[in-house]
Amino acid sequence: MTVLSVENLKTHFFTKAGVVKAVDDVSFSVDAGKVLGLVGESGSGKTVTGFSIMGLVDPPGRIVSGRVLLEGHNLPDHSDDAMRKLRGDRIAMIFQDPMMTLNPVLRIDTQMMETVLAHRAVSRDSARELARNALGRVGIPSPDERLKAYPHQLSGGMRQRVASAIALLNNPRVIIADEPTTALDVTIQAQIIYEVQKLARETGTAMVWITHDLSVIAGLADDVCVMYAGRIVESGPTADLLDHPLHPYTAGLIASIPSRNQRGKPLHQIPGMTPSLLRLKPGCAFRDRCPHADAVCEQAPEITCPAPARTLRCFHPMTALEEIT
Amino acid sequence: MVVFITRRVLQSVIALLVMSALIFIGVFAIGNPIDILINPQADQAEIARATAALGLDQPMWVQYWEFLRHAVTGDLGRSFSQNMPAVQLIFERMPATVELALCAMLFAIVLGVPLGLVAGIKPDAWYSKTIMAGSIFGFSLPTFWVGLMMIMVFSVYLGWLPSTGRGHTTQLFGIPVSFLNWDGITHLMMPALNLALFKLSLLIRLTRSGTREAMLQDYVKFARAKGLPMRRIVGVHVLKNIMIPIVTVIGLEFGSLIAFAIVTETIFAWPGMGKLLIDSINVLDRPVIVAYVLIIVCLFVIINLVVDLLYSMLDPRVRLAEARA
Repeated sequence: MTVLSVENLKTHFFTKAGVVKAVDDVSFSVDAGKVLGLVGESGSGKTVTGFSIMGLVDPPGRIVSGRVLLEGHNLPDHSDDAMRKLRGDRIAMIFQDPMMTLNPVLRIDTQMMETVLAHRAVSRDSARELARNALGRVGIPSPDERLKAYPHQLSGGMRQRVASAIALLNNPRVIIADEPTTALDVTIQAQIIYEVQKLARETGTAMVWITHDLSVIAGLADDVCVMYAGRIVESGPTADLLDHPLHPYTAGLIASIPSRNQRGKPLHQIPGMTPSLLRLKPGCAFRDRCPHADAVCEQAPEITCPAPARTLRCFHPMTALEEIT
Repeated sequence: MVVFITRRVLQSVIALLVMSALIFIGVFAIGNPIDILINPQADQAEIARATAALGLDQPMWVQYWEFLRHAVTGDLGRSFSQNMPAVQLIFERMPATVELALCAMLFAIVLGVPLGLVAGIKPDAWYSKTIMAGSIFGFSLPTFWVGLMMIMVFSVYLGWLPSTGRGHTTQLFGIPVSFLNWDGITHLMMPALNLALFKLSLLIRLTRSGTREAMLQDYVKFARAKGLPMRRIVGVHVLKNIMIPIVTVIGLEFGSLIAFAIVTETIFAWPGMGKLLIDSINVLDRPVIVAYVLIIVCLFVIINLVVDLLYSMLDPRVRLAEARA
């Protein structure tokens, strides 16, 4: 069952220097209990996509067109107050940097209980009980003591667990996780991914996992969308997409992951850098960096379905025999 | 905690010693009080007698030693001009000044912090720009001129408020205060507002810049993602974070309000300590000047101590126990 579906979403920032099309015609959907990976480099529009779903895009940015359907209801149509009531309750978000997301001068229990009390008419005691249980669910030992702590008394991994617990508090239908493990070391990262995945399955929560790390996606996501310069260039089931990338950009990303098989050889890199979204030329945004690019690429490629459950935005997809150099 | 306070007391004793020595030397350098106090027709013998009676025939260091010897018993000398203990003279005038300063500080906080918050949350709105423009006037217009204009408008043209004096006073725990009866309040209003104007502008600017900074922090965005109402985000998450610099400034400025209420007291003929100090300097009444400065130093020390204690309440990362010697 589809919980969240994003259709032709466009979020633009109207700056003095010009219009930045941070999210440009993005569509995807997530089913209950599934994890969707949203992959891309810095500045590809992943985080803005997340904020657009949450209704947290600040001026000068705004959603220009498109729909965000949460269980059939179009979120951009909601009033600010109706949206506020959904946030943290039906749809929650985990941020990238656990050091910054918790308020340094408020105790953990305050920050957790207020999330419950903002959405439900329950007593403070039952709010505390819910907070305690949520801490237990994300694997925090002795939650009663942690509740009384201040954020600076906890480690980075602990803080991210607390932030995850806050997102889980009201059993949301959708959680948007914006690179939640990037700031953590690998062992903690693996623990948190394991726990979040388990919880998503148990509670039927749909997850959008935003990351630049394909190896995280490989072990976590059911489906993947690859974003480049505000557009989804390729999507499909994780295993299929990683084994048979069709877009040259996806292929380049996979080739740049360090691996032991390539010991001694220089690591592959995609030439050039992400284009400035302010001066985006018409046509395929990747063509300046693409080995396949030719004159056709000056037209914008439309979305095609080269295989079942796969989508692609490219005129010259990778062939099965092609070696990435 | 005990260590902290003990160290503070020792530091303040040193500060008091240094201040008293500086004032002693300073007043000594200005001139001989006998020249001002004594009848111009007095002969040489009379002058010598008066000089000896006040102890002014001794060398400076002997006079200073005598002063210290008495000071440890709480006796800061007798006023030359009024033949009363200097401390008693100051304490008689102190309630008026403290009341004025407290009232001014109250005006500044009650108006300044909310106005600063408003201007910080919506910095581009017309009302925010009006507030900021007003605060520039508050900063740059000289206090004495504003005081005179207030008297012109409210006392001379409109006739709403009395221009001078303290009005009827009521006894509160044996201390005469103005704010408990209507006549006193009408007398208090104008000088308090006049004295508050500068601090009000300062607090507006401080609160605004703190708010603007805090509103961009991840924890505010996370609080929004939790679906908290704006009231709570501003009133708890933002306000508690920006209170630390505000409390510092309020503490420091409260001391200076008491110490330097001189201009306002002079304009509105408010019978406070500032007026007493000006009169004493005019007649080189050294014991009163020294006593005044020492009392002000004590006041600053106490205020700073209170501010430090408040810090530990506001910011969990500041723990006084950690501030070991």
